[in-house]
Amino acid sequence: MSEEKGYQQKPRPMRPMRGRGMPVPKGAIKKGTLGRLLKTVFKYYKWQMLFIFLCIIINAMGSLVSSVFVQSLIDDVIEPGVAQGFDAVAGTLLSIVLTMSGIYLTVIIAGFFWHRIMATVTQGMLYHLRKDMFTKMQTLPIKYFDTHAHGDIMSTYTNDTDACRQLIGQSLPTLFSSSITLLASVGFMLWNSLWLFAVVLLCTVAMTLVVKIIGGNSAKFMVAQQTSLARAEGFVEEMMKGQKVVKVFTHEERAKEDFDKLNTQLYQDSQRAHKFGNILGPILSNIGNFTYVLLAIIGGLLYTLGAKNIGISSIFFGIETLSIGTIVAFLGMSRNFTQIVNQMSQQVSMIAMGLAGASRAFTLMDQESETDEGYVTLVHAVRNEDGTLSETEHRTGLWAWKHYHKADNTTTYTELKGDIVLENVDFGYVPEKQVLSGVSLYAKPGQQIAFVGATGAGKTTITNLINRFYDIADGKIRYDGININKIKKSDLRRSLGIVLQDTNLFTGTVMENIRYGRLDATDEECIAAAKLANADDFIRRLPDGYDTLLTNNGSNLSQGQRQLLSIARAEVADTPVMILDEATSSIDTRTEALVQDGMDKLMHGRTVFVIAHRLSTVRNSDAIMVLDHGKIIERGTHEQLLEQKGTYYQLYTGAFELE
Amino acid sequence: MVKTIKPLLKSVRQYKKPSVITPFFMALEALCECLIPFFMAQMINQDALAQEGAMAHILTYGGILILLACFSIMSGVLAGQFAATASCGFASNLRHDLFYKVQKFSFANVDEFSTSSLVTRLTTDVTNVQQSYQMCLRIAIRVPLQFIFAIIMSFTINASLAWIFIVIMPLLALCLIAIMRVVMPFFKRIFKKYDALNNSVQENVGGIRVVKSFVREQYETQKFDKAASEVRNDFTKAEKILALNNPIMTFFINVAAVLISYLGATAIIQSGTLSGDFTPTELSALITYGIQVLSCCMMFSMVFVMITMSFESARRISEVLTKQSDIVSPENGVTEVKDGSIRFENVSFKYSEKAGKYALSDIDLTINAGETVGILGSTGSSKTTLIQLIPRLYDATEGNVYVGGVNVKDYHLDTLRKDVSIVLQKNVLFSGTIKENLRWGNENATDEELVRVCQLAQADEFINAFPDGYDTYIEQGGTNVSGGQKQRLCIARALLRKPKVLILDDSTSAVDTKTDALIRHAFTQEIPDTTKIIIAQRIASVEHADKIIVLDGGKILACGNHDELLQTSEIYKEIYDAQTKSRAVETEGGEA
Repeated sequence: MSEEKGYQQKPRPMRPMRGRGMPVPKGAIKKGTLGRLLKTVFKYYKWQMLFIFLCIIINAMGSLVSSVFVQSLIDDVIEPGVAQGFDAVAGTLLSIVLTMSGIYLTVIIAGFFWHRIMATVTQGMLYHLRKDMFTKMQTLPIKYFDTHAHGDIMSTYTNDTDACRQLIGQSLPTLFSSSITLLASVGFMLWNSLWLFAVVLLCTVAMTLVVKIIGGNSAKFMVAQQTSLARAEGFVEEMMKGQKVVKVFTHEERAKEDFDKLNTQLYQDSQRAHKFGNILGPILSNIGNFTYVLLAIIGGLLYTLGAKNIGISSIFFGIETLSIGTIVAFLGMSRNFTQIVNQMSQQVSMIAMGLAGASRAFTLMDQESETDEGYVTLVHAVRNEDGTLSETEHRTGLWAWKHYHKADNTTTYTELKGDIVLENVDFGYVPEKQVLSGVSLYAKPGQQIAFVGATGAGKTTITNLINRFYDIADGKIRYDGININKIKKSDLRRSLGIVLQDTNLFTGTVMENIRYGRLDATDEECIAAAKLANADDFIRRLPDGYDTLLTNNGSNLSQGQRQLLSIARAEVADTPVMILDEATSSIDTRTEALVQDGMDKLMHGRTVFVIAHRLSTVRNSDAIMVLDHGKIIERGTHEQLLEQKGTYYQLYTGAFELE
Repeated sequence: MVKTIKPLLKSVRQYKKPSVITPFFMALEALCECLIPFFMAQMINQDALAQEGAMAHILTYGGILILLACFSIMSGVLAGQFAATASCGFASNLRHDLFYKVQKFSFANVDEFSTSSLVTRLTTDVTNVQQSYQMCLRIAIRVPLQFIFAIIMSFTINASLAWIFIVIMPLLALCLIAIMRVVMPFFKRIFKKYDALNNSVQENVGGIRVVKSFVREQYETQKFDKAASEVRNDFTKAEKILALNNPIMTFFINVAAVLISYLGATAIIQSGTLSGDFTPTELSALITYGIQVLSCCMMFSMVFVMITMSFESARRISEVLTKQSDIVSPENGVTEVKDGSIRFENVSFKYSEKAGKYALSDIDLTINAGETVGILGSTGSSKTTLIQLIPRLYDATEGNVYVGGVNVKDYHLDTLRKDVSIVLQKNVLFSGTIKENLRWGNENATDEELVRVCQLAQADEFINAFPDGYDTYIEQGGTNVSGGQKQRLCIARALLRKPKVLILDDSTSAVDTKTDALIRHAFTQEIPDTTKIIIAQRIASVEHADKIIVLDGGKILACGNHDELLQTSEIYKEIYDAQTKSRAVETEGGEA
């Protein structure tokens, strides 16, 4: 019977899901999720929701009334009609049919508005949910992205949001509508006969038990299925990624064996999960049939025995014996009742899924945003005749830190030069484990500082602190003499350019990707930057030149070309300070020469922090910091450090890996 | 259509039985479900109830109904079970077949489909097909039956009224089809927009450091907003159209109900008796059947939509299943590689027939067993392509490749690949301990052998520095070891095969120069009979090779030892000069 209700469900379009079967609750549902979700719905769509509720009520009432329609037709028209002839009841017949048509029409119109407005509300809600999540996500600290699997974050936007769609658009309205009908039919039954209602109640208890047992089993195996699905998918993903290695090592047979094990487990779990899901419907609907028969027999017994019937109606009309009409009407209602219970039970798992999805969406939204107490801002500046700076609206190439001093209510302007000082900086990603301790260094404007050291020595960490992706635990960082905690984060970052080891490009044209560095850059400025970065040559050779569309992180470009683009992007941003993380991946000598040259031009005239992998970069640096376990163990110029014959010397001569 | 479905159906295999039984029980259930309302109507026939022996009447029909209900439960439960077995089994077989098929694929096949698409086909697509299959077994058979039963019952009750359904049904069907036709293109578009939305999030999350560095949060939000709005707009339009389904359905059902009520009531009244050919009870039964008939239309249209939507998944699976692997092991292939000599005879190669450009052209090359050969060349010069022809990862388009004097196409594939071991440029470690990873090279290797190859690959030292030594667990993708460590583990793994030919495709790029030299030294000392082919960026890595090949644009530009090439090859000298500066300092430092 589960399918019989199907016509009320909208076909569910398949989403292009990323490797997950169906959304199933992982983890607990946060308390108050439903309330919060409803609150959000009402926040955006108060009137629509009220109107929908009205439509649902009309729809449910209409359906209820129409279910007794045939009975009244029989009682009021056919029976008297047979006795008195057609003409006597012609008027009544017409009026009943017209009334019914009227009610039906109302039901249809209410249904029409219900579903149509619901479509707007549901999709609107998903849109707001996604947008709220995304807007919130943009404010989250880097730490969040470093500590959460990207796949999980992604699935919040797809699987979880989609589960909410089912919940808002389908499950909740159905539940609401069913509740109304359910209440009405309970009222009807109570009105007519307490005895018979007791029978229905008994059967309802039986149904609830069945739902609990079978539904519980189904849910249990659903979780088991999800676990083995995830395991099988994980295995498939790993094997597909390493497919070439599998072939090279003729490891196919072993891979097949391992896969078969996981696949068999998955089969067993999913077979059980589906089995319990499939049999719930038929069992429930037949309990409904048993109820029907039981009612008829008990009703019949009561009738033949002439038993006194008690119902709420008895209060008004006194206690009478049970009439056949009542029994028949009651039977019809009981059938309705069990069908609704069946229908509601089908929604339970949907609701659980929806709430789990909403819960995860809210968890994302409840993450703590990056805090920013900075008040020093970066402004365009012009130099006055007396050498002081003042603020201007226009881009002048000259920048100043606008610093408001509360103490004496003055505002000072400090020129942005790119002077950076770290004093005794301590830091750990987690409090228990200190990654940097007592790091002090300075970079004068235009100087190039290189960080050298093994993986995990803390090179990247230092750059993460300068642009405040992470906040230091102790010590001070000053930028042009200003404590960077006082600088507004967005302004701080705008003054720092960055070229990362792994180049991230975005879907869009080459031009758009370069312009990412500064949104108001003209085409000419972008092209000039590309030329400087040695990227112009290869860009012009692309099919559409600067208008070539890049997709999938620029997968149609080589690693070296991507790096050239990211250099051009940083060049367009034209910041006084640059943070560079040189790529370790092997690019051929010629492209490498281009990248090197581009990087060198980018560094020219700027304060540069570079995580160095190339000897030439290191050699040209004004100061080299050799890091080991979060401490600067050696510092100095290339020549000085070679003199020392310490770790740098060993690194340089190849005794250690330079990574 | 048939072409797509047929390869899939081959995977039903041992689940044919449940696949056939399910519809059978489904039909029984449908039959019960049709009969139950009929007997219910009989039971509450007021005429019968009003007469003497009403209790007997109730008990008789109650008994029939209970029997039917039991029968219905039994059929329903059995059908449910068999459907679960059939659909899950089918899915399991599909996954099995896909996985096995992919294991047979050549490199070219894997390239053609791309890794991520293969993963999707094995997971999401199979799940979609599984759902459709179950749907077909359970509903697609049951609904038409239910429909036919309901029609039969209607005509049995009152043929002159039942025609109303026959008139209304096509009208309803027409409306439903019209809705589907309008909506389907929307959904196709929505899938694409959905992809764009996903992409937008993915890029943002992946590039969050760039976003934050350039303070582009607002810009990104705008981009996302656009993608999200587009999904919303199209989806709303589609859902609004779909929202018509319910009212239209209700409309037709109600029209039928009103018509039957009116005409039925008139007929009964005019017949002048309540217990004639057409009773009031039958009137309400007729309406129930009417609802059933029309619901069937609705169900059918839904099933149709679901199946159409999963059709794309079916097509993608079918594509993999019907793909013939480019490279198959010959029957009775040669099972022994004599030695590590290699000969390229007039070899040209392009990646696909459609490719206009040859990746390799006119390669003639002889490598003697035990030689060390270096290959140099810029990106895109087809170095990797060249060596991939040796273990037959790809087949030469023209010409022949010989290993140990035998054409590679005549070897049993496993034999060839066991004796020609290659350390790929994009190498992969798998989740598992270091030992498990190494044993990919040789399942039966003893612990001593593992240590020995690791010493050769200069990996033993750092492995021992791990707290768990050789039992250290490698995370998926080998993320918990450094690049250089990963490369050395991969070399050790390849060495464990005791190959006759060992190919290193830029496999020491992340290893420092000193270790690189140690590895090379170990090779010459410990495996002198193995032919060693080394692709490298650093001239230092190949300087001492017996033979150095300079590739450019898929052609051999120069071939000879270091000293010869310095004299004869312009490009070689250029690269050498470019790299010498840093090397000069290095050597200096080393000697000091």
